[in-house]
Amino acid sequence: MEEKQTKESMEKEAYQKVASRLEPKRPIFLNCLKAFFVGGFICVIGQCISLFYLSFFNFSEATVGAPTVATLIFISVLLTGFGVYDKLSQFSGAGTAVPVTGFANSMASTAIEYKTEGYVLGVGGNMFKLAGSVIVFGTVAAFVIGVIYTIATQQWGGM
Amino acid sequence: MIFLWAFIVGGIICVCGQLLMDGLKLTPAHTMATLVVVGAILDGIGVYERLIDFAGAGATVPITSFGNQLVHGALAEADRTGLIGVVTGIFQITSAGISAAIIFSFLAALVFRPKG
Repeated sequence: MEEKQTKESMEKEAYQKVASRLEPKRPIFLNCLKAFFVGGFICVIGQCISLFYLSFFNFSEATVGAPTVATLIFISVLLTGFGVYDKLSQFSGAGTAVPVTGFANSMASTAIEYKTEGYVLGVGGNMFKLAGSVIVFGTVAAFVIGVIYTIATQQWGGM
Repeated sequence: MIFLWAFIVGGIICVCGQLLMDGLKLTPAHTMATLVVVGAILDGIGVYERLIDFAGAGATVPITSFGNQLVHGALAEADRTGLIGVVTGIFQITSAGISAAIIFSFLAALVFRPKG
């Protein structure tokens, strides 16, 4: 029995070695360059949109973030629907995934993909399949930081 | 000038994400979750707000700003109503992003057909 296990683990090790040797080398520098330019470009578009809202609508520097993000999300969902965003994200990796447009893309693409399973179980149930982790971890982290802040500043309020 | 800094800072944050994906071999979901938590911590220690003043959309467009906004809403509400404000205020600022993403994604599912 023991002998069999050691043999199995040896086989696994050998497999790992072969797998890591055959795995294509990731061109990290090139990927980073692409991510930098595409990500930076998306942020410049965001800056243009917020400048537009600042100059034509009644928003201040502090409140302009919300309409800017909503507009970017709208554009991203539209591009996802036409299949453009997925092609772009294959090229740029994190450059399209890290901006908030990537968050919207992950939601819209799962929503469209699961349409065939129905609106309630498919679209409604799977929309947050990828984006859910962002919301869960963001909320938990914000809660912990908020509680630490409240304890540190002794602002218990009604509690 | 703000355009240049938006480009550079936004680009650098995306490079950090790419390094997490390629260097540490994290999945995109792990990368996003990490970046959101980092953004939340940076706002907790008061750094992120200065980055936004400096780089504008370069700091508000990447997903790190989602963590920043969650903490920001929580702390602002905690200042007003105490501990319970942490829970009631968390989604106050991010509401625009989350609602827009849900509504537009649902409409997209109504309109577009899945490929393949």
